[in-house]
Amino acid sequence: MLETKGLTKRYGRHKVVDDLSFRCGPGEVLGFLGPNGAGKSTTMKMVTGFVAPSSGSASICGHDIQTDTLAAQRRIGYLPEGAPLYAEMTPQQFLEFVADVRGLSGAGRRSRLDEVVALLHLEPVLNQSIDTLSKGFKRRVGLAQAILHDPDVLILDEPTDGLDPNQKHEVRQLIRSMSEEKLIVISTHILEEVDAVCTRAIIIADGRILVDDTPDNLAKQDGGDLDAVFRRVTQGNGHKDPEGTS
Amino acid sequence: MSMINALFRRELQSYFATPVAYVFIVIFLMLMGTFTFYLGGFYERGQADLRAFFNFHPWLYLFLVPAIAMRLWAEERKTGTVELLMTLPVTPLQAVLGKYLAAWAFAGIALLLTFPIWITVNYLGDPDNGTILAAYIGSFLMAGGFLAIGSCVSAFTRNQVIAFVISVVVCFGFLLSGFPLVLDMFSGWAPQVVVDGIASLSFLTHFADISRGVIDLRDLTYFALVIGTFLYANTIVLRWKQAD
Repeated sequence: MLETKGLTKRYGRHKVVDDLSFRCGPGEVLGFLGPNGAGKSTTMKMVTGFVAPSSGSASICGHDIQTDTLAAQRRIGYLPEGAPLYAEMTPQQFLEFVADVRGLSGAGRRSRLDEVVALLHLEPVLNQSIDTLSKGFKRRVGLAQAILHDPDVLILDEPTDGLDPNQKHEVRQLIRSMSEEKLIVISTHILEEVDAVCTRAIIIADGRILVDDTPDNLAKQDGGDLDAVFRRVTQGNGHKDPEGTS
Repeated sequence: MSMINALFRRELQSYFATPVAYVFIVIFLMLMGTFTFYLGGFYERGQADLRAFFNFHPWLYLFLVPAIAMRLWAEERKTGTVELLMTLPVTPLQAVLGKYLAAWAFAGIALLLTFPIWITVNYLGDPDNGTILAAYIGSFLMAGGFLAIGSCVSAFTRNQVIAFVISVVVCFGFLLSGFPLVLDMFSGWAPQVVVDGIASLSFLTHFADISRGVIDLRDLTYFALVIGTFLYANTIVLRWKQAD
């Protein structure tokens, strides 16, 4: 479903993503964890075809993202970091635009739009310009856009960033409800999120995979404290963090 | 095609969703009117033609067209929507064409709204409407050329002011490439063929040809080549900037 082989991104001499290889399939919710600047977003940008890798490859359902870009992109729903949206449009116009580009048409288009709007509770703001929406609504419009064409692979870069606890809860429920038939990859630095929705967690730092395990197994280490696991693996036993902060 | 159409409609819609479109059109029409009647001496010339009107188009476009084009890619880059756009199943060429055609259509709408001047000259005299139509076509093509340059430049930066200033400079070069100001930079060292080649790139001479009422295949080819070249460059810049 999603496979990367030796995925690497260099900026000058600095490797942001370093030889990343993993594969995952439907039914999995893969949590991509790591400190800020670990290379999570860059990896997602490469997997979705926005940024070209320096070396290595990624494929979606057998379609290489570099050589068979459109076929791969048709299978992906993607929420970029910060959920960028066309601010001058209304959610209605914006979602209709995405539906057109995704090739939805006829009655299916209408019903799918209604379905997604209901799923993300966008009814009250449908005809208000995106500019004026709260952060939570913007994020939900971004999510609506990503799931509109019912993609096989859903890639969400910090989907709950900036949401209040209720909204976070709803988004997590949404992710769980879709997880059976899809492959979902989320990036986050919120550890409780991994516990709440992920079936598998990959911890990366400095562009390299440090841990690839289930959240349950992770929690068994360090006395069930995910935060402690995270600190230990990303900071090398906490040597870099003498004050014990963060 | 339906993909370009969807992108085209979104882009055109976004011009009119903000005051930008209305401000632009009002300023465009006001400047056109002022230039034609005061600087161009429309009445004083006492001739039933629109030379006084069309003569100022290249100069107005020099500043106004980069103002339409500057946002095309710089804004997408600034707000991050370029990531959204380019991870949809859209090729760079489709994206460039969709956005470019919307900007060109918008320029066309502004140009069409100058129709009262055509009514005026027909009311006052008996002009050659074929020549006027040709000049309108020439003007539209020239706007297209400027826009292609502006769109390409806009893909280089996330800063709209930079995009605007650079576009104006490049457009100015194209406008005047048949004149000593530009040619003198090359005539000292470059072979005559190159100098002649640069001289033939001038928007002004090609526009002047068309606005005299002669739609020559060479002038049409010229504008098509300029537009094609810059839009192709635009897709390359887009891909190149994305790899970063």
